[in-house]
Amino acid sequence: MDNDRRKVLRCMAWVGTGLLWTVSGGVPRTLGTAEAATPAPGFTFAQISDSHIGFSHDPNTDTPGTLKEALDKVAAQRPPMMLHTGDVSHLSKPEQFDTAAQLIGATGIETHYVPGEHDWLEDNGRPFVARFQRGTKQGAPDGGFYSFDMQGIHFIGLNNVANLEPGGLGMLGAAQLAWLRADLAARSASTPIVVFAHIPLWTVYRDWGWGTEESAQALALLKRFGSVTVLNGHIHQVLQKVEGHVAFHTARSTAFPQSAPGTAPSPGPMHVEPGKLRDVLGVASVSFVRGQSHLAIIDTPLGA
Amino acid sequence: MSPALPRRRATLLLALLPIAPALAGETAAVTIDNFTFTPAVLTVARGAQVVWTNRDDMAHTVVSAAKPPAFRSHPLDTGDTFAAGFDRPGRFPYFCSLHPHMQGTIVVR
Repeated sequence: MDNDRRKVLRCMAWVGTGLLWTVSGGVPRTLGTAEAATPAPGFTFAQISDSHIGFSHDPNTDTPGTLKEALDKVAAQRPPMMLHTGDVSHLSKPEQFDTAAQLIGATGIETHYVPGEHDWLEDNGRPFVARFQRGTKQGAPDGGFYSFDMQGIHFIGLNNVANLEPGGLGMLGAAQLAWLRADLAARSASTPIVVFAHIPLWTVYRDWGWGTEESAQALALLKRFGSVTVLNGHIHQVLQKVEGHVAFHTARSTAFPQSAPGTAPSPGPMHVEPGKLRDVLGVASVSFVRGQSHLAIIDTPLGA
Repeated sequence: MSPALPRRRATLLLALLPIAPALAGETAAVTIDNFTFTPAVLTVARGAQVVWTNRDDMAHTVVSAAKPPAFRSHPLDTGDTFAAGFDRPGRFPYFCSLHPHMQGTIVVR
């Protein structure tokens, strides 16, 4: 191992112990490359989000192409698992689900999905659940939420895009909260918890609906756990916040960026200069190091 | 978004105008620009048909706020339209199920 590689390993170890959130496009290229070549100190999985297959307007008329680029970036790191935090499709059309499933399936990486509101447009989400959550033990029939365990971590996939109310935020609903309570009851407080859901579980910006109505109730159920990481999508940009033992993080989209909260007249696609699109799309890599309360998350733009 | 300013002006002008009633059997229009239904309140006579046109570069839906919904569109991509007929008098609030902060009302006289 050469000196540069050792430096990178030390750096990664620090990432694991210190909670480094790389929130801008400033991830050095060398880190990404070396990380791909070096086993991470702990368990590392990937997060992709908001692939919006079927969207074809400025600034991105090739969303399958940018999803493929994102997947290539993930696959280079060979993670044992990947999360997709929703808006797989743009309009819940079967051919959009097909394209996404084929591209993601081709990586061979075990992938766990939660729906975005764009995936829940037809038949109460049943087509999405049937295709992307097949084999999961649904928290309620066709509820779109479930949990699983991997490497000692308890993963909880929530659905906060069903039954949205006029003027409201994301919704979990009483049945899902009751399921969450029961799901957590049997876990010891030392179990690391990763919650993944499409819409942020904290209120990022109410005027644009960027939050979840009952997030306080969900977080109350998670309060006794020493390590809770909440991974979301929906807002097509990296934002993070730490509150006690809970770390919140949103991932970039693989399709198009959205403006920072309140900085545009509407939350529509943000238009970017030609050639700059890949600076604002990306993937996230999440590492768990036993004994540390927070997971380390590195966001990498596609253009890095 | 370069046309944002003219669009905002158009929205403002419409907001200042009195709500335009449509005649029975006529067709009235609601446009969707910049995540906004315009006009936000549309008054029509019984028997009118309302046509929504999505002019945004983002998909939207038109879903009645009633339970169960009195009307519900499929997702509307850019340029897509949705039509619904209104035969009963009353207020019919609706919203976009993708972006629930987008709300409008059809008033049928």
